[in-house]
Amino acid sequence: MLWPFLLALGIHAAGGILALLFFRSNRAALAIGTVACVAASLIGVVAAGHLLLVGGAAEMQASWHVPVGELRVGVDALSAFFLLCIHLVSGLAAVYGAGYLGGHAHERTLAPVVFFFALLVAAMTGVALARDGVLFLVAWEVMSLAGYFLVTFEHEREDVRRAGMVYLIASHIGVVFLFILFTIFARHGGDFSFASLASAGAPSSSLANACFLLALVGFGTKAGFWLLHTWLPEAHPAAPSHVSATMSGVMIKMGIYGLLRALTFLGTPPVWWGILLIAVGALSGVLGILHALAQHDLKRLLAYSSVENVGIVVLGIGLGLLGQSTANPAMAFLGYAGAVLHTLNHGLFKGLLFQSAGSVLFATGTKEIDALGGLSREMPVTALTFLVASIAISGLPPLNGFISEWLIYMAAFRGGTDLHGAAAVATIAVIPVLALIGGLATACFVRAYGISFLGTSRTDATKAAHDPPLTMRVPMVLAAALCVAIGLWPDAALRLVERPTQVLVGVATVPDPLLGSLIAITRVSLVLLGLAALLALLRRGLLRRREVAVGSTWGCGYEVPTARMQYTAASFAEPILGPFEATLHRRADEEFPTAYFPREAHHQLLPGDLVGERIIVPVTRRALAALGRLRIVQHGRVQMYLVYILVTVVVVLLWQLSGGSR
Amino acid sequence: MIEALLHLAVLAVFPPLLVGVIGKTKAWFAGRKGPPLLQPYFDVWKLLQKGAVYSRTTTWIFRAGPIVSLAALLCAGLLVPLSSTSAPLAFGGDVIAFAYLLGLARFFTMAAALDTGSSFEGMGASREAAFSALAEPALLLALAIVSVPAGTFSFWEVFASLPWATWGAAHPEILVAVVVIFLVLLAENSRVPVDDPATHLELTMIHEVMVLDHGGPDLAYILYGSAVKLFLFASILVHLLVPGPTAAGLSGTLALCGGTIAIAVLVGVVESSMARLRLLRVPQLLIGASVVAAVGLVALFVRGQP
Repeated sequence: MLWPFLLALGIHAAGGILALLFFRSNRAALAIGTVACVAASLIGVVAAGHLLLVGGAAEMQASWHVPVGELRVGVDALSAFFLLCIHLVSGLAAVYGAGYLGGHAHERTLAPVVFFFALLVAAMTGVALARDGVLFLVAWEVMSLAGYFLVTFEHEREDVRRAGMVYLIASHIGVVFLFILFTIFARHGGDFSFASLASAGAPSSSLANACFLLALVGFGTKAGFWLLHTWLPEAHPAAPSHVSATMSGVMIKMGIYGLLRALTFLGTPPVWWGILLIAVGALSGVLGILHALAQHDLKRLLAYSSVENVGIVVLGIGLGLLGQSTANPAMAFLGYAGAVLHTLNHGLFKGLLFQSAGSVLFATGTKEIDALGGLSREMPVTALTFLVASIAISGLPPLNGFISEWLIYMAAFRGGTDLHGAAAVATIAVIPVLALIGGLATACFVRAYGISFLGTSRTDATKAAHDPPLTMRVPMVLAAALCVAIGLWPDAALRLVERPTQVLVGVATVPDPLLGSLIAITRVSLVLLGLAALLALLRRGLLRRREVAVGSTWGCGYEVPTARMQYTAASFAEPILGPFEATLHRRADEEFPTAYFPREAHHQLLPGDLVGERIIVPVTRRALAALGRLRIVQHGRVQMYLVYILVTVVVVLLWQLSGGSR
Repeated sequence: MIEALLHLAVLAVFPPLLVGVIGKTKAWFAGRKGPPLLQPYFDVWKLLQKGAVYSRTTTWIFRAGPIVSLAALLCAGLLVPLSSTSAPLAFGGDVIAFAYLLGLARFFTMAAALDTGSSFEGMGASREAAFSALAEPALLLALAIVSVPAGTFSFWEVFASLPWATWGAAHPEILVAVVVIFLVLLAENSRVPVDDPATHLELTMIHEVMVLDHGGPDLAYILYGSAVKLFLFASILVHLLVPGPTAAGLSGTLALCGGTIAIAVLVGVVESSMARLRLLRVPQLLIGASVVAAVGLVALFVRGQP
């Protein structure tokens, strides 16, 4: 059953090209691109869902040859799961984007952004389908480049161009490691195809270790692991919101896909892989959410929270690996299932959050949390979807985030019971780490939701705000409904992740009491909703014939509170960030009142990034200074360049003659 | 079936008594007569009779806050065993669900507080968020100490498998779990030394200030909900300390209730005998609790699992 996916890929590509042909009419380009993307996504979702529920795998080899490899494509449960995520999230984002870009229709040509969006989705589909190293890397590069052109949508802005450049450089540093990885794979397997790699068996332990580390850095750059994450908070806020939703929701997950795919070729993992991944996940999770808490820009906050959620996924993968190394398939299943399900969940609620934040930007023109407030009156639908996504991303029942985090908890717990020594300690450490991440995420999203949508309006920006048009509301509501559905029926969601998890574990197994527990979670959720409904009815009954007055908020007797008296996002975060100040690298821009008749005073905390400013920037500066010496050969005189060519040719000839290449 | 009904009855009726017991204990320490033991019931009853006043800044979130919080807390109450069988909604992994249902209750309490647009309530919400984020790892670590040796993450099975015969001498880490959970109880229920429930408009308070704008039935829900939360933490402690509820039928439940009253007295004693910590010290207390729990857990591994 490969053809529906290839058909979807073809429709994406065709839609993109067609949109480009109609570049004169923004409306036509947008309509063609959206219709094609939705049609292709529907096909992709249905086909992937079918494959996940029924099972099966397919692979085919086309007669067309790319220069060093063959055009091999295939699909198995793991690919199908990521294809499901890709098409679900980008299908919703495309519909949203039609409305969102409509607002820009009068100021620029939209055909390129429609084209590159289609190209991005097609390339991601290609990455998931590729069964050949070269094809994989080609699709990977197309994906990265399409992402660059989408990030620089508003290219007349300096900061956007800079963000695009940061993203482009980060992607290419990452891909260097992948080139090495796939070259090693090709040498090991005989050719670039995944099939020969799999049949060549697991590489020797030192080679496997090298491959693991290469995959960790190469794919980790795309996924946004901590230390490799600095491009995320630049690129996501710069891109249009439907692109941010797709990039954050699924594109960074292709890094997770790549890592998982690479792991299937590396045989039984040694214990330290799992421990390393748990450390990486813990670091990404805790520091990601702390940085999210420190942000004032709604979309930057969401970008940092993506780092956190990728951290949670990596915790799950780490537990899965530990389960594999200790021959504990039950633990491996729980860990991988949690990781894989969290990938889908995060795609849904992070896509939804970016779309809701985009609607706020669309309606108010600002993403500054402290400039907003009281939006839930003007934008009830957006407020509701943002609330649902906030609860889900905090991992709270009865929504989907709880389910995947619960699975990871159970894996950690199972490991703590069954394993010994360092592996057991690393596993059990996941429990408090996940608890801390959960608590901080709740704080972060109560803050984001509460300060932006509740209370009263802080500036004039929100005065004329209103819910976005129907094309933007529908995908938001759909994504929210999916979050609720997965939360209420986790046993159905488990059936979606069961097969891809088995591909990873290598054994067909579902831990025995798991299904029963998931059904019990449904029961808990339904009781929770029932109790809430009952209590609401009770209060309604009680208040029926009584006086329900409306007054002003209690302010110790002060009757005319102003919006400026509300708590701000910055103040809200302060006590939470206090114990973690050392990790944050914030700068204060302040001027204290001085003298007897003080004039103006101000205080502002600017969130920074420790990794970016203490590691990336100095290292880059040193590297540039060192490499600057090489400029001596790069002076612009054509004659000298001809000499270089001559010398090179002579050296190569001599080398050939002396039998250098055997 | 009878056990389930007993569970529901205890959950519905008993919790506010603990608040009364704490009040009485504090009054006794202060040499006062104090309010009647049943005062919390009278309060809830009185509030249920009243109308409501809503701030004009608020939206439906403010009205949903108390409802969702109480529903989540009651739901959590259906996971903790209160009689001689497992709780009505118990399942493998309910420990996590318990912690996260409390999280849901907190989410809505904080959101409702921010909905009023009052800086008092924003301050309370912010502190609640800060302290609970630090209390959560401590709670789960402490629960892991007792559930990892049991090989299950379900309250009922954990409690049933505790090694009673060799309790004190052979399993000092259980004592660590008890101490840490008691600290979390104090923090989560906004008691001294983390918060002072007696002060209503001081800038030091956390929980009380978040609910300043609630009145009437909403406040009744909140009062009852916080009593339920206290009762649940107390009953987890009792389960860890005495094998009482394993006795069948009514006597087991009565033993459990008696135990929670003892815990309430202890909370009252703590509250009467020490001052509230400075706000900046609270994170240290909670991080300290996590560290102690982690040490207990590591000790468990070093000694080899039973």
